[in-house]
Amino acid sequence: MKINKIIISFISAAVILLSTSVVSFAKVVGDKIVLGAAISLTGKYSSNGVHTQNGYNMAVDRINSMGGVKVGGKTYKFDIIYYDDESNPKRAAQLAERLISQDGVEFMLGPYSSGLTKAIAPVTEKYGVPMVEANGASRSLFTKGYKYLFAVLAPANLYLDVAIDLAVEKNNGKPVTVAMAFEQDAFSQDVRLGVLDAIKRTGSKKVIDDKLPKELNDMAATLVKVKQMKPDVLVVSGHTKGALTAIRQISEMKVDVPMLAMTHCDAAKLSKQHGKNSQYALCASQWHKTLTYKDDFFKDGMTYDADFTKEFGYAPPYQAAESSAALLVFKDAFERANSFDQKKVRDALAATNMQTFYGNIKFASGGQNVDKPMVLFQVMCDDGGKCENKVVAPTKWASAKLIHPIPSWSQR
Amino acid sequence: MDFMVFQYPMISVQACLDGILLGILFALIAYGMALQWGVMNIINIAQGDLVILGGYIAYFMYLYGIHPAWGVIVSPIIMFFVGIAIYKLVINKVVDRDLFISILATFGISILFMQLMNFAFGADVVLANSDYGTTMLFNSNVVLPNSKIFSAFISILFAICLVIYMKKSKLGRAIRATAQNARAAKILGVDTEKVYAATFGINAALCGVAGALISITFTIHPYMGLPYTIRSFMIVIIAGLGNLPGVAMSGMGLGVFEEFADYILGTEFRIGSVFLLLVLILVYRRFKLSRKREYLK
Repeated sequence: MKINKIIISFISAAVILLSTSVVSFAKVVGDKIVLGAAISLTGKYSSNGVHTQNGYNMAVDRINSMGGVKVGGKTYKFDIIYYDDESNPKRAAQLAERLISQDGVEFMLGPYSSGLTKAIAPVTEKYGVPMVEANGASRSLFTKGYKYLFAVLAPANLYLDVAIDLAVEKNNGKPVTVAMAFEQDAFSQDVRLGVLDAIKRTGSKKVIDDKLPKELNDMAATLVKVKQMKPDVLVVSGHTKGALTAIRQISEMKVDVPMLAMTHCDAAKLSKQHGKNSQYALCASQWHKTLTYKDDFFKDGMTYDADFTKEFGYAPPYQAAESSAALLVFKDAFERANSFDQKKVRDALAATNMQTFYGNIKFASGGQNVDKPMVLFQVMCDDGGKCENKVVAPTKWASAKLIHPIPSWSQR
Repeated sequence: MDFMVFQYPMISVQACLDGILLGILFALIAYGMALQWGVMNIINIAQGDLVILGGYIAYFMYLYGIHPAWGVIVSPIIMFFVGIAIYKLVINKVVDRDLFISILATFGISILFMQLMNFAFGADVVLANSDYGTTMLFNSNVVLPNSKIFSAFISILFAICLVIYMKKSKLGRAIRATAQNARAAKILGVDTEKVYAATFGINAALCGVAGALISITFTIHPYMGLPYTIRSFMIVIIAGLGNLPGVAMSGMGLGVFEEFADYILGTEFRIGSVFLLLVLILVYRRFKLSRKREYLK
């Protein structure tokens, strides 16, 4: 009896396994190009995961409604299979396997965050599936020699080095003193490396180099040290909680520092959550709506901002914009390859050289986008307390003049 | 290692004051834990998640234009009923079982709460602004955010009220009686079932107060509960059950310890140092116990 049961369950397991592998089929079906994506719809990255998904969907709708993708004289439309990776790297890797070996997906879009992209990249590489990702900026993604990974965004080490250059420039070319506080995750540590490079390059000096924990909600100790050492620049990177905690405690402890540079300001909705207290903060951003890049699908940043707001009810953070750009890159590559052969598409992706509303896109051999500089915006508030982000660097794209040094708290 | 904190005496003062204010808040959470641990013999792993949920209540009030300080009153009321609901659904089934089962059950509740909060409120880090300003001391060498002072003050207030309530009220006496000997209390006509429910409710309400205060002073996030559970566990271990002055003292001690660890070892070792201290204390206790056993031999 018992043995019978075991045999039955063994057979049924085998049947299920077989049936799934038999069902797999190549994912250019009829007039549809099916892309696969594991996205964090639940878990700690869920808000940015949703921005990513909205960005993808917006671009799919737009490209499909404007004629789709033309390959071999035939018109195709994009379609995406999504799975929820629960913000968990292991799950993301499993889902990538499933998308490729069970669902038969031949082209992938990236997940949200460097950590999850790192988990998925070995899988797509193993199967030779080209992946265009828009939300993994960690430098380590681009030093592994991946052939099928392409990132439309600038690598993490370029996020805040601009700020150090800017501080040196404002200091009449003389070196500055820098206080740093970085979270201990792959992304923030890459940002830190970039800042260290800039410090070395400009002959500046780091006076504080604190590491922030994952469960950060108090950085008073770092700020007391900043008060004591009086550095020229304070650099903070610890995702949204780093940005929120820093502004809260800097304003409460009345820490005066001539320049404050951060990451994740727009994801943290800094000016909304902190109002005037967030004024003068400098923030690294991949994209800003006032940049004047153009393409045929979304026209420019301002139009994208308006269209996205109309469709999803909130202004697009850069995570959404870069995700939309990933689809434009795929479309361009398919049309140039004029084929669905994975190798040909991969080569076409590697040869990409185009402009989108999000920025210029051209991949280095490691897969990172080398043709798009980061921008720095500064939070500026009017007397009524309404705050706006204005691009202040690089000067080519600046829509406002940098306010430097930050007025002290006693004068505000 | 950074010994700046000792080079500048004002930084030491700052660290001590920050630690004490923070510790008072921890002590409030720990007091709730000690209470239910003593009465029901349950270690509540979901303690921190109840705190965060309380924080979200204050945050939503803030979002709708009500000053988050009112959360200190609204949040415990809502959380009291949340606590009773959790008791009726889960805890009453594990209350007489061994400790391991209750830890598993509350661990499950903790995971459930995290995911539900993430689902309902999103994964964004949020905070409620009180705009209370700052107090400057010693020629503005020491700065204390008024929100921290406010939260310490409210914590003390609630702790005092609770102590008086426990001493004077009928329910308070019933709770204490049940803690001393549940069976005897039952024989003497105390409805222990009701006492357990009330105890769990009171604990949740205390968490609600603490959560509201945390949303005013720090930040909240669905996954930030565990450090609060660990800290309160640690405080209760040091102080022992039913020892309120002990809980207050060890709370403040832990706060100061954390601040100094933060300055000397770095912020990244803050929570780690709490774990380390916990291990050291447990080892020390074992050592003391084994010595006692030797005397007995």
